[in-house]
Amino acid sequence: MKISFALQKNPFALQWHLKSSRPMTLWGIFLLTIIILMTIIGPFLVPNDPLSANMAERLASPSLTYPFGTDHMGRCIFSRLVNGSRATLGITALVIITVLLIGIPIGLLSGYIGGRFDSFMMRIADGLIALPEFILAIAIAGFLGPSLMNLMISVVLVKWVSYTRIVRGIVLSEREKEYVLAAKVGGCPTWKIIARHLLPQIISPVFVLAALDVGKVILIISSLSYLGLGAQPPAPEWGAMLNDGRAYFQTVPELMVYPGMAIFLVVLSCNLIGEGLRDKLDVKSS
Amino acid sequence: MLEVKNVSKSYRSNTVLTDVSFHLEQGECLGLIGESGSGKSTIAKLILALDRSDSGQIIVNNVDFSQLKGRELRKARRHVQVVFQDPSASLNPKLPVWKSVIEPLENYPEASPSFLKEVRNEKRKMAEILFEKAGLQSGLLDRYPHQLSGGQRQRVAIARGISLQPNLLIFDEPTSNLDVSIQAQILNLLKDLKSEINMSYLFISHDIATVQYISERIAVLKEGRLVDLFKTKDLFSADRHPYTKELIDAALE
Repeated sequence: MKISFALQKNPFALQWHLKSSRPMTLWGIFLLTIIILMTIIGPFLVPNDPLSANMAERLASPSLTYPFGTDHMGRCIFSRLVNGSRATLGITALVIITVLLIGIPIGLLSGYIGGRFDSFMMRIADGLIALPEFILAIAIAGFLGPSLMNLMISVVLVKWVSYTRIVRGIVLSEREKEYVLAAKVGGCPTWKIIARHLLPQIISPVFVLAALDVGKVILIISSLSYLGLGAQPPAPEWGAMLNDGRAYFQTVPELMVYPGMAIFLVVLSCNLIGEGLRDKLDVKSS
Repeated sequence: MLEVKNVSKSYRSNTVLTDVSFHLEQGECLGLIGESGSGKSTIAKLILALDRSDSGQIIVNNVDFSQLKGRELRKARRHVQVVFQDPSASLNPKLPVWKSVIEPLENYPEASPSFLKEVRNEKRKMAEILFEKAGLQSGLLDRYPHQLSGGQRQRVAIARGISLQPNLLIFDEPTSNLDVSIQAQILNLLKDLKSEINMSYLFISHDIATVQYISERIAVLKEGRLVDLFKTKDLFSADRHPYTKELIDAALE
């Protein structure tokens, strides 16, 4: 209840009421806070240069110098993991922001203006949704060629559709409501109706969708990097590190376990937060 | 000042209005009654230019509303305002109510209602005066719609309706969602405002007693046709349309 009040007052300042949250959500917040802190300050504190190879020390066991040991090139796994979080999380954040910047405006216009623009956009959306998003992302990334930029483009291209559709759906139901009609009678131009009256109604559902999508986006990015379509060696990236460790899985399984665990923890914490958020905001919709 | 001429409207194969004509004098209140589905709200929507009629004309201040588009329509709109039935739906839940009230004034900076002349360009002051006119305490200015009672919300909607001092204010069943005691207060408020600000009312309702109380003339709508139009004092006269008599009998039971 508290959060719905806070949202009603100011939809942009999402006040998180820690006391009334479920313990699992709190764990998610705790975990993600640590991971983000690690992403920001970690690279300044790591013991070794993540790129410097030392063939004499390759596949070493954990030690004081190399907390998680070294990989097949003798590079510090711990340092690579910490630095790699920048690539993985940074790209994820950029992808989500870009997706929102594309998906929300198209959804608003499509829903409110309708007509040919709407039909055109929805046919594109239907086409994109008809294909499994992961396979489509592989196809686009493969077509554009392997690089981080192309990886981002491919993920954005498959992800914007779901935001456009949810926004459009909400706008279609809200635009007939009397407060929108009253705003129209009161002389609001179209942009003002969209920005002032419709946009605030879509913020919270879109927020929940985005929170739940973070985990999926991280998985897609890591998967594409694993397939060699994303970050290029020697840059550290979790999915690419998994791929590096693949050849040594029989003898040194830790090479895959560490980046795998990192991905697992980030996705887990994002999903816990996303689900907590969804449960909270459902209260409001009643 | 309002002239509805031979207006017809259908949605797909469903005819809602057939050849409806009536007019409204400056300062007059015309009541429009009929059962649900008779097309009352459609008439309101057509006059507000929220929808287009299939044929016929809607003339406000000698301008044919049904022909206007885009910028001209937006300009003309300020002369016709509305108060909807359900005040919990007609106010944006995410805006403090005073912002909803002065929004029309922001959209039409050239409009200068006589009762707001002295505080022009002071939004907060304008909202205070409008609140006072609608019988609301200024302490409620910063509330959100869900923090107000139904009667208060409807007063907020009325404050917004009069904010531009429109020539015509349309009420689409403004009291049917309210308690009986509050209905009377709202009706008295509307009566006072009309004489004070010099507006015409089109008052749509299914309740014949409400309409009788506030209107000078009454139009009766049945299945999209205007079947009866008379002065309120002739409500009980013998030459009423049989359907009007039915409505009266139903109300008296």
